[in-house]
Amino acid sequence: MDLLTLLQLLDSTLRLATPLLLACLAGLFSERAGIFDIGLEGKMLASAFLSAAIAFTTGSVWIGLLAGVGASLLLSAIHGVASITFRGNQLISGVAINFLAAGLTVVIAQSWFAEGGRTPQLAGAARFNPITLPFANELRDVPVLGPIYYELISGHTALVYVALLIVPLSWWVLYSTRFGLRLRAVGENPAAVDTAGISVIGLRFTAVAICGVLCGLAGAYLATALQAGFTKDMSAGRGYIALAALIFAKWKPWPCLWATLLFGFLQALALRPDLITSTLGFSVQTQLLDALPYILTVVILAGFVGKAIPPRAGGEPYIKER
Amino acid sequence: MTTTTTPSAAPAIELKGISKSFGPVQANKDISIRVMPGTIHGIIGENGAGKSTLMSILYGFYRADAGEIWVAGKKVEIPDSQAAIAAGIGMVFQHFKLVETFTVLENIVLGAEDSAMLRPSLARARRELKALADEYELNVDPDALVSDIGVGMQQRVEILKALYRRADILILDEPTGVLTPAEADHLFRILENLRREGKTIILITHKLREIMEITDTVSVMRRGQMTATVKTAETSPAALAELMVGRKVLLRVNKTPAQPGAVILDVADLNVTDDKGVHRLKGVSLQVRAGEVLGIAGVAGNGQSELLEVLGGYARATGRVTMNGRPIDLTGRSSDGQSRRRDGIAHVPEDRQAEGLIMDYAAWENIAFGYQNDARFRRGPLMDHAAMMQDTVDKMGRFDVRPLDPKLAAKNFSGGNQQKIVLAREIERNPDLLLIGQPTRGVDIGAIEFIHQQIIALRDQGKAILLVSVELEEILALSDRIAVMFDGHMMGERDPATTNEKELGMLMAGMTGDPGNVTVTEIERNLAHAGTGTKV
Amino acid sequence: MDVMPKWADVVLIPVISLVLAAALSAIVILAIGESPWEALKIMVQGALGSTYGWGYTLYYATNFVFTGLAVAIAFHARMFNIGGEGQAALGGLGVALVCLYIPWPHWSLALLGATAGAALFGAAWAIIPAVLQAKRGSHIVITTIMFNFIAAAFLNYLLVGALKPAGSMEPATGKFPDATFLPSFQDMFSTADNPLFRGAPANVTFFVAIAACVVIWALIWRTRLGYELRAFGHSETAAKYAGISPTKIIVISMAISGALAGMMAINNVMGEAERLVLNAVEGAGFIGIAVALMGRSHPFGVFLAAILFGFLYQGGAELALWTSIPRELIVVIQALVILFTGALDNMVRMPLERIFLARRRKAARATTLTAAE
Repeated sequence: MDLLTLLQLLDSTLRLATPLLLACLAGLFSERAGIFDIGLEGKMLASAFLSAAIAFTTGSVWIGLLAGVGASLLLSAIHGVASITFRGNQLISGVAINFLAAGLTVVIAQSWFAEGGRTPQLAGAARFNPITLPFANELRDVPVLGPIYYELISGHTALVYVALLIVPLSWWVLYSTRFGLRLRAVGENPAAVDTAGISVIGLRFTAVAICGVLCGLAGAYLATALQAGFTKDMSAGRGYIALAALIFAKWKPWPCLWATLLFGFLQALALRPDLITSTLGFSVQTQLLDALPYILTVVILAGFVGKAIPPRAGGEPYIKER
Repeated sequence: MTTTTTPSAAPAIELKGISKSFGPVQANKDISIRVMPGTIHGIIGENGAGKSTLMSILYGFYRADAGEIWVAGKKVEIPDSQAAIAAGIGMVFQHFKLVETFTVLENIVLGAEDSAMLRPSLARARRELKALADEYELNVDPDALVSDIGVGMQQRVEILKALYRRADILILDEPTGVLTPAEADHLFRILENLRREGKTIILITHKLREIMEITDTVSVMRRGQMTATVKTAETSPAALAELMVGRKVLLRVNKTPAQPGAVILDVADLNVTDDKGVHRLKGVSLQVRAGEVLGIAGVAGNGQSELLEVLGGYARATGRVTMNGRPIDLTGRSSDGQSRRRDGIAHVPEDRQAEGLIMDYAAWENIAFGYQNDARFRRGPLMDHAAMMQDTVDKMGRFDVRPLDPKLAAKNFSGGNQQKIVLAREIERNPDLLLIGQPTRGVDIGAIEFIHQQIIALRDQGKAILLVSVELEEILALSDRIAVMFDGHMMGERDPATTNEKELGMLMAGMTGDPGNVTVTEIERNLAHAGTGTKV
Repeated sequence: MDVMPKWADVVLIPVISLVLAAALSAIVILAIGESPWEALKIMVQGALGSTYGWGYTLYYATNFVFTGLAVAIAFHARMFNIGGEGQAALGGLGVALVCLYIPWPHWSLALLGATAGAALFGAAWAIIPAVLQAKRGSHIVITTIMFNFIAAAFLNYLLVGALKPAGSMEPATGKFPDATFLPSFQDMFSTADNPLFRGAPANVTFFVAIAACVVIWALIWRTRLGYELRAFGHSETAAKYAGISPTKIIVISMAISGALAGMMAINNVMGEAERLVLNAVEGAGFIGIAVALMGRSHPFGVFLAAILFGFLYQGGAELALWTSIPRELIVVIQALVILFTGALDNMVRMPLERIFLARRRKAARATTLTAAE
């Protein structure tokens, strides 16, 4: 494999890892506050649809992005009401949200655009277009570093850079701010937060809202950057892969980046089976690559390779003890 | 009723007519207290007397149904913990409210940060912590993870949390329950330092020694009511004890001397180490013969529960146990409740709600619980519901369970009737050995008498009975021999006819020497140490 | 005391949840410019107005009975098996292997063999997460989700590879031999002059599903295993006291759950498609969650809920045919049912409990007043 092919592969890794990363960080905020969220998938899908639909209607991808985030936030609110206010089962709520999004997006898309449950193709300002970073063209011919800068680092859409910036931002918020301290505390021991005079409900709703915003970005990226429009079920299990990545990353921001890059790399490889054959000398089934993130996660969950310990209060509604 | 008189100052805290009910249970009934600033006020009472509820109201965890709270001469509303903190009240709960994955410093800062950024808050907390440590002997490593420090240290963190929030009134709920004697002494020194600095302290406890040792005034609670408030200096342990329990119901059980037969249960050198690596049973040996009651006395948490769990088949152990001369598997595949029942062991567990009954099952379903594989409840692969129902009706009748409704779920019976269901199930199985833990905990007086009669009747049928109870009187009334457990050891056996509460109390405190040579402090130190276990 | 009478818990709460879900769905239909009343008429006519419609409704219901029972029995042991989709997919593999590679003399024997194959494969796929939960503490919800995806990739691998007949371009197995074809309702109930259920896929598996309901009912409420399983679901500490092994209950309940989910394949793979195709389960594993919640985990309730969802699926297909409302409307209704009967249970329950409490107080006051007179 030559440098250019490798760079193309890594470039595609980065593009495919971005929605996983955003969804993974979304899950990070929710689960660190003690709210399990298997509804990442549904929120991404809802945002993907509404962002594409609004971007197409208004011609502005930014308005589309806002609308997508709004759709995702709405589903987050349902999850919050069910699991925080009414102390329902967080897993069942997540399942319901995934179905709600899967159904509603197609029903509305069909009634709105009548194109078989998809939105029309997006073009121009209705899409996120690649950004060429300064001097990318000029430096292109510098050996090694030039192609790396031009092919791999430059030429992505804005949301890719945003997602990458959110990693250090999340790390900073979680570990350097008052809000982060309280958020982590409420996921470990809500009683400690409650007796310290802080609202458990308020904190958890905030966390769920942040999760909604990040899922919204992930979904909008799918429909307006990675693809040019919404198609039925376009999230294609990415919400679940993000969940797997979150476990893989043991609920920490930087490892979230590495885990999603790894899973993105597997997805990129699956698109280029010829590369594997030419590099390894034998062919690897793409289905194995598809399944690998899930298999790795099960291995991690089983504690065979380092134990993944979730936030202690995760999944349990908070009830003041008598 | 006497109250402290310092007429010049307003009370640091005053409660007027506080009442609180949980459903039909009235936890607090028209309670009033005044605590003067710079004093230590004790609140004493038995478990379930309503002390913790009262303090939770003071800390904004519950809202009182009626009554007023006054702090430093001003009437205040305390709807939540935030308001309590603002009013200068700090609370150290019995079960600490700490985030185990956080450092000491982070726990202290949590909820009392100065700004949105953590760093300045942590820096200030670190400085203040040092000052507080010097002032009150409250040294802790600010950077240690809470999960890595011992309970004594964790308690200091809780106190520091309150002081960091500028609390003037500090409430401690059963603070010595988890401490070693040395730690408890240290805690009391800290409390004295705090009092000297003008802080007001409310100490909730059920230990008389602590009240006598450190408080200025003391209130006694019984069954949700405040029965008296007195100056500690003007009272005595005996007087307080009487106020606490009211007039003791004397337990008398009519029984003839035992006719012990062959050895049924023979336990030798039993050792148990729990999940956390704590050595719970240390070489326990005992024998129970047919037709006798062996009573195990001891302060709760000294290994009695583990002994019952091992014999009942749901905890692993090393050692040798034989039933009717046949060895019993303590670790292997047949070490479970089912094989124990086949070996002729019946078990009335200490906690009937969490273990003995499925609370959502009807009485008739619970009557087969643990015996679901019995031939008489079986019809091929199915369970014989008609037989279970008939059996339930018979047993409920004989044991006078009320209401006599076999279809009622276990959770809807009163504590005494729940216990009768368990007892009926276990006794009427005609076991060779009955394990029975806390037979009358949470049971009304009428049912107590009935349950005691059943135990003696079973003994008189020639069955072996191993009784565990923390009620010394119950042990004395029922047992033919008494063994005392302390810190996982067997301290020795006594004859109930010749021993007395004082001697047993010494053994329960881990003292075997001549009673004349030990001081009361030594006894109580040992008692305070009891139940903490030893790490191996 | 229980605040509410039992009938309220069993009937009233699911019905109210269903009404809420239906009302919201009607709003969705209105919002996309169609008439809910017309939609309902089309659905009823299409799903229940002819033996053809019934033939589809009952075919779908058969799938949902199996997956619903699978979720329900796991619920009784306080396990949330979200992996019905993958277990049903593996069940399909079991059916395909049994049908393709064993020469069956008669469909009835083939049905027995296929049932065993489906149950075995489905159970095997559920046992791995169960053992990981019991022995390693891996959260069963997450592992079963992961196993759904692994199953999908595995079947994909087999259907484009080893199981695809040479020369075929389609990712599917070859057609099963004729001897394994199950009698459809059309074969069973039509007479020469009165054709019934013409062309509808409902087949003899429907009766296997009914039998499964009865067997599972007996298992849960009549056998010792069911007794132990429910006891474990209510209280793990009490189960240990009674000598009930947690590992045994977790593994057995999940194995039965997986077997039931797998058995769905005798309906869709053997009874309808007569070969194994890609993504044969089509979400029925997930619908099982809605069916179990709606049916309050009781086999009879599961049966009724499965018929309801069968109606929704067939009615939804008709809607898509005659109006501009796409089939996915059913997914919305399914989501709302899960939301209201599962996650928002307390929202429906709390006001109801208040009403019943108030009524009881009133009744109590009335009695004391009468007593005073």
